[in-house]
Amino acid sequence: MQLGEIAGLKPSQPMRDIFGEALLAVCQENPKVVVLDGDLGNSTKAERVRFTFPERFFNIGIAESNLVGIGAGLAACDLIPWITSFSSFLLCNAYDQIRLSIAMSNINAKILGSHGGITLGKDGPTQMGIEDLALMGGLPTMVMLVPSDPTSMHAAVRAATEYIGPVFLRSSRVAMPFIYPANDCPFEIGKANIVRQGKDLTIIGNGIMVAAGLDAAALLEKEGIQARVIDLFTIRPLDRDTIVNAARETGAIVSAEEHLLHGGVGANIARIVAENYPVPMRFIGLADVYVESADPYDLLKKYHLTAQDIVLAARDVYKAKISGAS
Amino acid sequence: MTESPIQIPDTESLKRLAKDLRLDILDMTTKAGSGHPSSSWSAVEILTALYFGGILNYRPDEPWWRERDRFIMSKGHAAPLLYAVLARAGYFDREELWRLREIDSPVQGHPIQGMMPGVEATTGSLGQGLSVGIGHILGGRLNNLDYRVYVLLGDGECEAGQIWEAAMAAAHFKCDRLTAILDYNKYQETGPISREMALEPLAEKWRSFGWQVDEVDGHDIGALIEKLKSARSVSNQPVIIIAHTIKGKGVSFVETDFRFHGRALTPEQAEKAREEILCS
Repeated sequence: MQLGEIAGLKPSQPMRDIFGEALLAVCQENPKVVVLDGDLGNSTKAERVRFTFPERFFNIGIAESNLVGIGAGLAACDLIPWITSFSSFLLCNAYDQIRLSIAMSNINAKILGSHGGITLGKDGPTQMGIEDLALMGGLPTMVMLVPSDPTSMHAAVRAATEYIGPVFLRSSRVAMPFIYPANDCPFEIGKANIVRQGKDLTIIGNGIMVAAGLDAAALLEKEGIQARVIDLFTIRPLDRDTIVNAARETGAIVSAEEHLLHGGVGANIARIVAENYPVPMRFIGLADVYVESADPYDLLKKYHLTAQDIVLAARDVYKAKISGAS
Repeated sequence: MTESPIQIPDTESLKRLAKDLRLDILDMTTKAGSGHPSSSWSAVEILTALYFGGILNYRPDEPWWRERDRFIMSKGHAAPLLYAVLARAGYFDREELWRLREIDSPVQGHPIQGMMPGVEATTGSLGQGLSVGIGHILGGRLNNLDYRVYVLLGDGECEAGQIWEAAMAAAHFKCDRLTAILDYNKYQETGPISREMALEPLAEKWRSFGWQVDEVDGHDIGALIEKLKSARSVSNQPVIIIAHTIKGKGVSFVETDFRFHGRALTPEQAEKAREEILCS
């Protein structure tokens, strides 16, 4: 069974390929966009820009701290730098540079963290970005975007480029099926999309977990459970209204993310729910582990990030809702 | 292009100005009760040469003027010096200086980009300013502007790997409009650099990374101006001027005691320091 197949979603290309297309598109539209690479442009697909606009593409080499600092200088020259590398290398090597030169300076720079999560697969845990959202969460001014499909990737790259201020965007090595029709994704930073209506519980996902959530909702429907599915593509600022409405209207929430649970999005959703309208919640994500090299789908299965895992959590949280437990 | 608003070509006036800056730094940090006076005094002549010796091209009433020369204070703990210079250059009222490190004040303990007019980069975590300077150079090329970029480095921060990443990249990108000035006062926070983490042979290191290296007495304003002027004529490679300085310069009991790093003077010490600076 392919991701999104149960929900009838159309398959697509790897997200990194879509990112490369989207980045090239904003470079074509806006002459102020410049691209910085940490010598991984052929993996992140930022190199698409190198071939078309060589004068606006800089390979800074395997030196992430310098990469971020140079990007910050370019942003100060009224240009719009996209600073690109793997999420893990960029954030873990250059966190302090991102903190001072971008977040604290509140400048107009964009950070692309490619190969987010565990679905880069066989290259293993040294390359995986399972803590990127937690790290970026520590930077108060940073807008954080996690697109869930090709259409929202295009929309996110455009929205990030147009937004004035620091933005982090997570990309992935794997393919994600179409959640939205091509070129038709309502995408407003800070506004989540309800991609499936339902009254019994809500599944809130980001990235690859949106398709998994839609698969889970299709399976739950056969059991007579109507699940709402939310694509929470903006991790900061969180869409408080959509989250609180989901709690109020459906009475139970499952959060699903391809990220560590500790410091993850689920914890932030829970804070909003607890403050505004407490309802039973369950959390799908990575426990405190480093996963191993393997096929992405074998990893998702072993570490409980599949539609089936969401279904189990959904049944459990629904039961808690009905019985008045938590 | 407009010239710098303040031109004091004669060395005697510049020396008097340097003395005033030392007093500003003393008063700011003594009032704040903390800060880095010794690291600031070390580089007073360097900034005097840059801002008042006809080197930097800037407009204090238009601080983000696109064609301005950039100055980046990479050794961010010398923030009191930067603020004192910017105030005397006319970027903001000198009254602001006495709000250093106070609640609701923009005069932060270490510089935050854009929080005060003329503050080009957020620094204080060491090793980061040179990279930002390279970004300004590449941006200037894309924007067809021919300004120059000056970065003041501390010696201790040359222990950071990022400095050498930036050194490599500046040579790779042939940043000949980039000039680094190294405030080589030979002390880092916990002691003499030669004892804590030896940097020598320092000039050779920079040269081997593709930089043109010059050396100067970092307290000789006239010599600094000459070196900074001749750096303008270098092409195809970046220039570093290693300025030999004395940490705490101007106050004898600070010059001889590196433990003053990161410490303000007591009011009694401050009075003694004031006399020394005034009599120097």
